[in-house]
Amino acid sequence: MDVRPGYFDEMYGDGSALRAPYRQYEEWFAREDPRRLLKKSADAEALFRRTGITFNVYGSEEGDERLIPFDIVPRIIAAREWARLERGIEQRVRAINAFLHDIYHRQEILRAGRIPKEVIADNDAFLPEMIGFTPPGGVYTHIVGIDLVRTDDNDFYVLEDNARTPSGVSYMLENRETMLQMFPELFTRSRVRPVSEYPRDLRSSLAATAPVRTSGRPLVAVLTPGIHNSAYFEHAFLADQMGAELVEGHDLSVVDGRIAMRTTEGPEPIDVLYRRVDDDYLDPLTFNPSSLLGVPGVMDVYRSGGITIANAPGTGIADDKAVYSYMPEIIDFYTGEKPLLQNVPTWRCSEPDSLAYVLDHLSELVVKEVHGSGGYGMLVGPAASKREISRFTRKLKASPANYIAQPTLALSTVPILTRNGLAPRHVDLRPFALVSPNTIRITPGGLTRVAMKRGSLVVNSSQGGGTKDTWVMED
Amino acid sequence: MLGRTAGGLYWMFRHLERSENTARLIEAGMRIALTRSDDVEKEWKSVVTTAGQKDAFLERHERFDQANVIDFLLRDRTNPSSVRSVIESARSNAREVRTALTREVWEATNDTWLTVRDTLARPVLDRELPDVLAVIRRESALVRGALHGTMLRNDIYNFARIGTFMERADNTARILDVKYYVLLPSASYVGTSLDNVQWETILRSVSAQRAYRWRSAGDASAMGIADFLILDQQLPRSLVFCYRKIDENLGYLASDYGEHHRCHELSHDLLLRLTGRNIESIFEDGLHEFLGDCIRATNTLGHAIERDYRFTA
Repeated sequence: MDVRPGYFDEMYGDGSALRAPYRQYEEWFAREDPRRLLKKSADAEALFRRTGITFNVYGSEEGDERLIPFDIVPRIIAAREWARLERGIEQRVRAINAFLHDIYHRQEILRAGRIPKEVIADNDAFLPEMIGFTPPGGVYTHIVGIDLVRTDDNDFYVLEDNARTPSGVSYMLENRETMLQMFPELFTRSRVRPVSEYPRDLRSSLAATAPVRTSGRPLVAVLTPGIHNSAYFEHAFLADQMGAELVEGHDLSVVDGRIAMRTTEGPEPIDVLYRRVDDDYLDPLTFNPSSLLGVPGVMDVYRSGGITIANAPGTGIADDKAVYSYMPEIIDFYTGEKPLLQNVPTWRCSEPDSLAYVLDHLSELVVKEVHGSGGYGMLVGPAASKREISRFTRKLKASPANYIAQPTLALSTVPILTRNGLAPRHVDLRPFALVSPNTIRITPGGLTRVAMKRGSLVVNSSQGGGTKDTWVMED
Repeated sequence: MLGRTAGGLYWMFRHLERSENTARLIEAGMRIALTRSDDVEKEWKSVVTTAGQKDAFLERHERFDQANVIDFLLRDRTNPSSVRSVIESARSNAREVRTALTREVWEATNDTWLTVRDTLARPVLDRELPDVLAVIRRESALVRGALHGTMLRNDIYNFARIGTFMERADNTARILDVKYYVLLPSASYVGTSLDNVQWETILRSVSAQRAYRWRSAGDASAMGIADFLILDQQLPRSLVFCYRKIDENLGYLASDYGEHHRCHELSHDLLLRLTGRNIESIFEDGLHEFLGDCIRATNTLGHAIERDYRFTA
């Protein structure tokens, strides 16, 4: 396979030699009949379609469900590489939780002048309702997904922290399940660390933060916006795997100071609510009054200690893209350590000098909305047309504080299987960390997203990206 | 179990049962259209009436011609009872209650949806119709098979079964009610071949032609057919059979949950209305009135179940 010049390929490096973590896989691959592999690839798709592992696309005709393309070539990470990432993620997650506690209490980091006050005060993701309140067990972000990209043998960058309701973990699990079914022989020759503990770990993490007065086994429920949500499959999947209830807002109400679900036998109180609904929709009495997805009164119950909400409301202030640019400060402030994982240099367009630079260099930069996600509303400079660039220029001038800009990173590639054999495609990685009062558990691997289009740097599923199984090798 | 989940299961199986019943109604209608050239529109009208969609149909079409009726019953999205609509609804219900289903039941339902969606993507030609109807019936049988073969016999199963038999009872009662006049003793028709065709249609629309031949030793009579479809203890589509199943499944729920509701009384009453009855007395009291009562009582029972088990807030 020819690597893409100027980009690091995780299997073939700069193209001169096969990299060590892929040795066993390559041996196997070389002996396989490509036609058999292509057939397997089609089988996998049929299997996903049949099991209903689909996602709904916003803005398309109702009921339109799509598959996320799955590529059968695994993304392989050596034990040593992973150990480094793991330490970096843990450090970051620890700092995020310390930051959240501080920002909703004494705001020492603002007093110390390490972050400008306006970044917090003018930020919609900051919830005044959380001021002075400590969530059960002191945990703010029960689940965190850290988006990483690699640019070289040694260079990993954190692209984004997902501290609200990170999604994608069901694909991590289903991708492995599919690989195990299709290529069992691969797993007997290579020692790949399992990911299947995730649902159990998630359940025990959530249960460990149940309100103090919970007696017996805590009742955990997953709150979903319903079957039309793009991530509904994942909500149902996780509820199922954890043995938790899958509830919607209209199943819940406040009964005797607790949140109870309406069962066939009457109301039954819930201890931990793993909500996959945004803050804004969580409680129409406190936030968006027109929300039908949430539970009226849940915030009052929460503040009086009647229920645990995971992740805690208001955690968005930690993964906001404007706050992201201060992460090195945040890590240093709360852990006293140097960041183990690098931040991508970020221009805050709210600052006039930065804005001027960004406007001058739009064709080289990636511009993102401060509150955006899913690859919607972003500009990839090098791939953008003149018209897109001039449209973004207008947007930036109109509301500069809404945007940040970053250099276009030389994302690493991993081969995918095409009709013409292996071909390099750009990838990112979202490992998942689970936080409980005493431990942070990081599942070895995570979700590898891959841009299926040649040369494309956008890996989001909403923009046609696919996924791969991610292998972390044993030592 | 969540009340919403119970409701999702109940409706999932009502919808699946309806898809099969509609396919069977069309099949019976087709048969009569092939054997009798006059009065075909009247037959199709009675098919649409049995499906409970006469008014909706007349909003869209002027005449009950075959092509319109078949398309309306199979494919029309504005008809909430069309096969396409009910399969879509059943699959939505299944997605909603997915955590309560085994993998087999979910996959069978999803497969049904994928298959029926493709099969009904274009208008169905006459020559394709028998195959299409067979596909619809086979798919719903696959879901039922997965349900029987893999699900625990618990409240989840009970709600699924109650949904199935509520829909089936309603369907059988409607078929009889729309056709009750051909079962009445009437001087002009008695013993004519016209009667035989009509009777056969009724039996065909509940897949009971062969079963009835076993039962009656080939001796068809109007009263015999009514007796079979209303009071037979062994025919899985007779009214008494459906009501007994509903009552049993509600009974399991009552003992599981340790709680009796109004729906349990209603279901007992409904069953009592049929046990110990004979068909002569039903004819004496008026078949049409009797069937109307059954349809209304089934409906009332449905509402009571929804309320008692908290399907909605």
